[in-house]
Amino acid sequence: MKQKRRVRVMVAKPGLDGHDRGARIIARAYRDAGFEVVYTGLHQTPEEIVEAAIQEDVDMIGLSSLAGAHKYLFPAVVELLREKAADDIVVCGGGIIPDDDIKELKELGVKEVFTPGTPLDDIVKWVEHNITPRQD
Amino acid sequence: MPLTFNDKIFDDIEKGNKKWQEKLDKVFGAKPERLTRFSTVSDREIDRIYTPADVRDQDFTADIGFPGDYPFTRGVQPSMYRGRFWTMRMFAGLGSAKDTNKRFHLLVKEGQTGLSTAFDMPTLMGYDSDSPKARGECGKCGVAIDTLKDIEDLFEGLPIEKITTSMTINPPASIIWAMYIAMAEKRGIDRKAIGGTIQNDMLKEFIAQKTFMCPPVPSVRIIEDTVEFGTKEVPRWNTISISGYHIREAGSTAVQELAFTLADGIAYTEKAIERGLDVDEFAPRFSFFFNSHLDFFEEVAKFRAARRMWAKIMKERFKAKDPRSWWLRFHTQTAGCSLTAQQPYNNVVRTALQALAAVMGGTQSLHTNSLDEVLAIPTEEAATIALRTQQIIAEESGVANTIDPLGGSYFVEALTDRMEEEAFDIIQRIDDMGGMLSAIEKNFPQQEIADSAYHYQRQIDEKEKTVVGVNKYAVEEEIPVEVLEIDEELESLQIEKTNRVKTERDNKRVAECLERVGDACSGEQNIMEFLIEAVKADATLQEVCDVYRKVYGEYRDPGIY
Repeated sequence: MKQKRRVRVMVAKPGLDGHDRGARIIARAYRDAGFEVVYTGLHQTPEEIVEAAIQEDVDMIGLSSLAGAHKYLFPAVVELLREKAADDIVVCGGGIIPDDDIKELKELGVKEVFTPGTPLDDIVKWVEHNITPRQD
Repeated sequence: MPLTFNDKIFDDIEKGNKKWQEKLDKVFGAKPERLTRFSTVSDREIDRIYTPADVRDQDFTADIGFPGDYPFTRGVQPSMYRGRFWTMRMFAGLGSAKDTNKRFHLLVKEGQTGLSTAFDMPTLMGYDSDSPKARGECGKCGVAIDTLKDIEDLFEGLPIEKITTSMTINPPASIIWAMYIAMAEKRGIDRKAIGGTIQNDMLKEFIAQKTFMCPPVPSVRIIEDTVEFGTKEVPRWNTISISGYHIREAGSTAVQELAFTLADGIAYTEKAIERGLDVDEFAPRFSFFFNSHLDFFEEVAKFRAARRMWAKIMKERFKAKDPRSWWLRFHTQTAGCSLTAQQPYNNVVRTALQALAAVMGGTQSLHTNSLDEVLAIPTEEAATIALRTQQIIAEESGVANTIDPLGGSYFVEALTDRMEEEAFDIIQRIDDMGGMLSAIEKNFPQQEIADSAYHYQRQIDEKEKTVVGVNKYAVEEEIPVEVLEIDEELESLQIEKTNRVKTERDNKRVAECLERVGDACSGEQNIMEFLIEAVKADATLQEVCDVYRKVYGEYRDPGIY
């Protein structure tokens, strides 16, 4: 019988924004929760993120943005995944994101957006409930 | 002579303290203390009370003394705020150069006394607005600068021969500075007459803020070119603003902020000396930039310790003789990371307390965050309230009436001593690794900060640390404040403007200028004159940065978490 593998999550920093405190804390919380974590490091283009996500066969991408470019960068990742027929990879986001933008991002295919002040455990639980690891 | 107490008095204090603690143990035996552990925001444990016994080794003249006297614990200038207040310098930048120019004029009209520029991400990273890497980011978190024309628009109508300008820029700092000098010269102002600051501190970029371009060694080489050039050509300019602000924002403790910042200062000093400069030629133009976080007394102690430590480092380690080399002059910004998106009006109160700590710590200039800064670039109204906060502290509260009003507090003095000691221990560890450049290669400061940041976040999640409106006193709410939005059209307008400059300039001349910059980069010549020449010929920011990238290569984030 095949065993379900662990959830594999990519934490990614798209664009030029250097604020990585949140992304790194989330990456560590995922690791502590027992997920497999891939952290891209800073300054990734949407193309680089999607390519790495497919290569690493992740179940979810968590995008972090704190410098206002989320409205371009997050949907760009969703769109590229669709183009590569990899849209079974769930895209979530976090950072400084105004409420109105959250609505818009969700309509464009971003599954969930976490804003400042969300406890780490809530984010971890959300992943546990909403992401099913694929079979190896 | 330790304070004015003799041994008999210390015996009495010890006895009295013991009796008092026993009494308290009984009280708390019946009903326990509020917390099992009392600690600062940096999780440093704090005692129930401090007495003269905690500072019995302190020597008033040698350790505290008078403002303007070594080791400057009480302030660098003899007169401090009895002479004039700190410079009220609000960090501003949004959209186009013209939009930001309008904000500058508003702030000056409302009583601000210095300018401070925030650039957008593409500018900070050395890309023009038309670069594919810049998509979606133009003018979003600061002003977009591509060419000299943008810098001219940015400072239009502002008296740069009278007002000093701070520019928060790092990898392309040399180029933006060249543009500023070129603008001044085009206006007929001598470069020796302009004053201001470029942040130009790449070490803390690798450690914390993460806007980097080239690897550490060539990055520091460019910085040393600016230091050398400033020393000779632009003597009123602060060539490096050695910054702890971002180290703290990235999640360090107060002591780590102190230690890593001063260790960066040591590295820049060593490199400048290696180049053959005399320490007293350049050290007076180094300035510092700290965070003022939530824990009031810890912050005040940090500022006081920083001054004393730098004075010792310059005098004892580098044998500087000019007292101005011993001065740690610093700008402060209140802690952006302490602001909450929830109940944002509370941020006004947080900022006021942090600003008060900076003033009690003797800052030379101050930026107060706006209540909406956690959500977006501040609106005019929010920025004005933040400036008014400083004006109320300065002109209503009376705290600036006397110098170093917390000096002599047993608690503050003991904390100052303790932070100095711990920060010197960390600096020793960095020295043992071969200095800050090696420590960065080993990811030492990066990892230390990541650990502290995670520890603090866990404490918030466990409710060991309170964040009002977030993990305590939370309410259901719609964000009640107006949020400033940057026009999406700006990007295409800015690209158009830059393209216009590119079609009107002499491309052959630009190519020649860029070649000379490249030669200077690969050789030993100071790059600054070549940069000034290039930007005067309308070379763009990215064109020059591309030369840097080509000669020196690019740095990739190691992705430590």
